Amino acid sequence: MRLKTVAEFQIAYLQRVDAGGEAAGELPAFARDDAELQKMYRLMTLCRLFDAKAINLQRTGKLGTYAPCTGHEATHVAVGAAMRPEDVLFPVYREYGTQIWRGVTLAEILIYWGGDERGTHFAGPRQDFPWCVPIGSQCPHAAGAAMAFKIRNEPRCAVAYLGDGATSQGAFYEAANLAGARALPVVFVIVNNGWAISVPVSEQTGARTLAQKAVAAGVPGIQVDGNDAVAVREVMETALARARAGEGPTVVEALTYRLSDHTTADDATRYRPAGELEAAWKLEPLTRLRALLERRGAWDETREAALKAECTKQIDEAVQAYFSHPRPACDAMFEHLFAHPPAALQEQRETARRYAQQSPGAH
Amino acid sequence: MAKVTLVDAINMALASEMARDPDVVLIGEDIGANGGVFRATAGLQQRFGRDRVQDTPLAEGMIAGMAVGMAAQGLKVVAEIQFMGFIYPALDQIANHMARQRNRTRGRLTCPVVIRTPHGGGIHAPEHHSESLETLLCHHAGLRVLCPASPAKAYGLMLAAIRDPDPVVFLEPTRLYRLARQEVLDDGIALPLDKCHLLREGEDVTVVTWGAMTHDTMRAVEQLALEKISCEVIDLASLSPIDHDTILESVARTGRLVIVHEAARNLGLGAEIAATVAERALYELHAPIRRITGYDTVMPYFKLEHDYIPSVTRIADGIRDTVQA
Repeated sequence: MRLKTVAEFQIAYLQRVDAGGEAAGELPAFARDDAELQKMYRLMTLCRLFDAKAINLQRTGKLGTYAPCTGHEATHVAVGAAMRPEDVLFPVYREYGTQIWRGVTLAEILIYWGGDERGTHFAGPRQDFPWCVPIGSQCPHAAGAAMAFKIRNEPRCAVAYLGDGATSQGAFYEAANLAGARALPVVFVIVNNGWAISVPVSEQTGARTLAQKAVAAGVPGIQVDGNDAVAVREVMETALARARAGEGPTVVEALTYRLSDHTTADDATRYRPAGELEAAWKLEPLTRLRALLERRGAWDETREAALKAECTKQIDEAVQAYFSHPRPACDAMFEHLFAHPPAALQEQRETARRYAQQSPGAH
Repeated sequence: MAKVTLVDAINMALASEMARDPDVVLIGEDIGANGGVFRATAGLQQRFGRDRVQDTPLAEGMIAGMAVGMAAQGLKVVAEIQFMGFIYPALDQIANHMARQRNRTRGRLTCPVVIRTPHGGGIHAPEHHSESLETLLCHHAGLRVLCPASPAKAYGLMLAAIRDPDPVVFLEPTRLYRLARQEVLDDGIALPLDKCHLLREGEDVTVVTWGAMTHDTMRAVEQLALEKISCEVIDLASLSPIDHDTILESVARTGRLVIVHEAARNLGLGAEIAATVAERALYELHAPIRRITGYDTVMPYFKLEHDYIPSVTRIADGIRDTVQA
């Protein structure tokens, strides 16, 4: 018998700043710059406060079902910070931190969850994809965009998000496989928050890590502490630099925790074991970044209070813009189906107009 | 002017549009060195290079999905699904993303993609290689579905499909790929979308059909002409949207309607055409509308495929019964 090992793999895990705000090793350049970390901390705080507001709007009947982001802020903001404006984002539906960094507005987010497709008509990142509800189906889009960059020799990258549940979808594996086979400039960011609605990762897969799912596609996979904004940004900067240099894709698994329900229509107390949520709060991402900044004398209570006031004002303005955004005319459902609409649609459009709801409708 | 087959005409159209528009990119399984299992893309990789004629990994859902991402970047993607029976994994991407992209981004992102796929049976192929699944696609808003019935239409409609800024599914009748040759001028002129085509004028009955069934229908109506039954034949060509106006005008003249399709009867496009004529022109009809279709069975393996596909005799009988009712 001649038995030999023909392939081996290892999955690395990176943490830079621990839950207490203690940094390990020499930090990358961006993390030695207080202003840069402050900028990230500001947006993480904005996301946390915006989330509470959006949940409140839903609870009071002023917003549709909303997917919260609480707990994921470090990953979301760090990915946004690592990307370049000319890169293209393929989000799932809760990565507001990345989107806001890239220029999506709070009002656009509210308009979308308020049941109006105009929320996806981003004024900022014009090429970024909208929220993607069918799980994992955005992964091939990112590979396709990366293929376009490669064909045109453009130094741009696609970044696709997916959750731990989405790693069970064929679309993720198929996209990673294509990306590996063609060395496409794409980074797949798995936000492993422990739960796909009510199913824990342990029931989702027998794999020890989700990052190793990259290995079968010939793509490097790495795990990172998803509550550590510094580590996530560092890993993303490396992955994006590789992709931009023509060295191919990376799968990044960011380990974090969904500190909220899956959506406002969900009740996580039905399925999560007692104590898990409380334990997860001790590792949450804002505290540690603030602690790191405070250790350096780059943050204090006064600045914190000013930031919160500033965020609250920005959120209130967005809510007002959302409230004053007029309900779409019923024509809107016909207007954007085709560049050149078939003649037969006109009759249905006129019927819809004749029976159009006259009331402004609830937000 | 060259006499070409339908598959040659598709190749000509692809080459013509690729030469004219550098954004046109072909993706699919075995379309490169092999030129496609039916040779629709033969020679194109050699001529236009591996970036513009790409073999993909073997995953139909991903082919459709990557096309969405490429198209949003401004490429005009022509994606081949090797056989229509393999389109099911791509339906998620076609329905949830391709057809909806323009609408769900209020026109910010668009999806100029053509999905080419062989359609129908009659070529003694393996299981899952002979399906007629147009109904699955025509139900989706935001998508056009075409089915050419001759080399000239394949050429002109393919150009129209690629140039259209929205997604188009292009069904290629496998039985017609090499059945007949026709002179096709490589003039780069597209046929109009959303229109059906009059194949034959007649007075007694309107027969609407498409794809490979146009061939059998024409043979049936030629037989009926010897019996002094005069049939008007319409090649639907655009399966979604349906050019109802042209059908209604014809039915107003003939007073009778027969629909012939290879796909199963239940919820086949024949039902939609019949319903529209019943809604708008019932009192112009001298006889009940008739559908001559495939059966509501699984498309049989090839020993029985010609029992499934409406034969010239079955078509002629159905038309005759309708006219003599």
